[in-house]
Amino acid sequence: MTSSEKRKVITPPRVSIPIGPQHPALKEPGMFKLTVEGERIIDAEVNIGYNHRGIEKLAEQKTFTQILYLVERICGICSATHNGNFAQASEFAAEVDIPDRAKFIRTLTWELERIHSHILWLGVAFHEVGFDTAFMYTWRDREVVMDMLEDLSGNRVNYAMNTVGGVRRDVSDDLKQRHLKGLDHLEERMEYYRDTAIYEKTFWDRINGVGMLPTSVAKSTSAVGPTARGSNVPVDVRFNDPTMAYVNLRDSGEFDMILSDRCDIAGRAVVRVLETIQSIQMCRWLLNNLPDGPIRERVRPRIQPNEVLARYEAPRGECIHYLITNGTDKPDRLKIRAPTHANWVSMAHTLRGGYIADAPITLAAIDPCFSCTDRVAIVDSKDESMELVTLDTLRVRANKWYAENPRRVA
Amino acid sequence: MMGFLQRLINKARLKSPYVFHFNSGSCNGCDIEIVAALMPRIDIERFGMKLVGSPRHADVMLVTGPVTEQIKERLQRIYDQMAEPKFVVAIGSCACSGGVFRGGYNVLGGVDQAIPVTAYIPGCPPKPSAITFGAYKLLEVLAEALGVAPPKKEEVEKIPEPVEVQVEEVEA
Repeated sequence: MTSSEKRKVITPPRVSIPIGPQHPALKEPGMFKLTVEGERIIDAEVNIGYNHRGIEKLAEQKTFTQILYLVERICGICSATHNGNFAQASEFAAEVDIPDRAKFIRTLTWELERIHSHILWLGVAFHEVGFDTAFMYTWRDREVVMDMLEDLSGNRVNYAMNTVGGVRRDVSDDLKQRHLKGLDHLEERMEYYRDTAIYEKTFWDRINGVGMLPTSVAKSTSAVGPTARGSNVPVDVRFNDPTMAYVNLRDSGEFDMILSDRCDIAGRAVVRVLETIQSIQMCRWLLNNLPDGPIRERVRPRIQPNEVLARYEAPRGECIHYLITNGTDKPDRLKIRAPTHANWVSMAHTLRGGYIADAPITLAAIDPCFSCTDRVAIVDSKDESMELVTLDTLRVRANKWYAENPRRVA
Repeated sequence: MMGFLQRLINKARLKSPYVFHFNSGSCNGCDIEIVAALMPRIDIERFGMKLVGSPRHADVMLVTGPVTEQIKERLQRIYDQMAEPKFVVAIGSCACSGGVFRGGYNVLGGVDQAIPVTAYIPGCPPKPSAITFGAYKLLEVLAEALGVAPPKKEEVEKIPEPVEVQVEEVEA
């Protein structure tokens, strides 16, 4: 045995671990640089931009009806979010009021989408902690809501339900009965998953007390959606600033914002699971109180000059569409702030100080959606070196592109 | 003539193609449908296909999304990392032709602009059953190419052609 004088304390060296852009834990290309000391994460750096497709610029070339289908493809998981929110923004700009039935059907699509997105997240969360049985179970039951969405809109993903001035498909009585039946099945299964998430020790111990985000930090880093509500920050556009049929839902008094004061990943998981059950009840309420009437209002393709901001609570948080119209059938500017973009800063905070083994679930806990978010033009130029695209390069590229594709001015 | 061992390897290869998923700027729609194809309802693992995390283990690369400028080099590098023989399947309209993003300043418009593609599965996004059908077709073609196709029977059970569903358009 060595004597105590000879014993040395060895500080583990700092190692930088790059994760991505292609990595089994990531479903989308993004790059995280974690600086670790032994098992502890000291610093986290997020480099995104692999998914930047230039949608906002493309949108300026297209008419409002065409943009509906373009913005829908920002993200396949929250397609109705962008589609519906853009339709909403255009209606605000045109200053038209859409029929009540259209409002209800649009909200129904949104809520069904929230159910599918949250079940998807729950499955991914189970997968990230290595609980693959529950992953398979949740995705099997997710097929029920996917079938309902297909029944309602005609497609499993990218529903294309909304149009400027209403919705494109009506809800028949048969469909309503089938949906009510499907919702009953889903509610029963979700209650089972709620109990699994809370009482199953293998899952709970992995998320309990991991990835702490105190309320004050959540507020100062402007977290949105379930990430914020899991830290007891009451932000939910559905209740704070409701549009469409959320006004009726709020006024019915049956629904309330779901909050958790746990501030860890468990809090976010509980908020999401309870929200799914609430969404199922909302869908049932919407179907039972569906008003009669037309499903769409004619809106002129040329929208008067206006500047509007449309907000909607997407499954991941608040989604903002900022639209400037100029009296033609094309917008002047469309700016989209997707929820993941607001959550990056808080996520870098939750990673710091955690264990490297908890990194995948911490990354997954904000339900990141890179395809919604990628605005930054960061280019991986060589093998390891990351290089920012300079403003000049960007300008040259943009000028070249504009020279080739002159913009039509009305 | 092909050696006995090579024949055996080719036959085994067809029974256990390892697939690898790469997102080259996709919207997630195709990605979740690929995962849905792996899930209990469709269960693509019936055909021996397994999703692996590393390109070095994979035989088939499933690529989704219009290739963005940033991801192009990575895509080519990852394609080079795969061991021969390798096959690429482009899944979704974006991967086939660029889809709605065609003409954007930051997208190439199709996977075949960056790397050679063996099979295309169109759709926005293709349904899990379409992905499975495409994968099955790919295996048939590969069996022909590798010379290990089963001897043709007189009466082969016909696989029904996918029926095109006409979506009703509401008059704008």
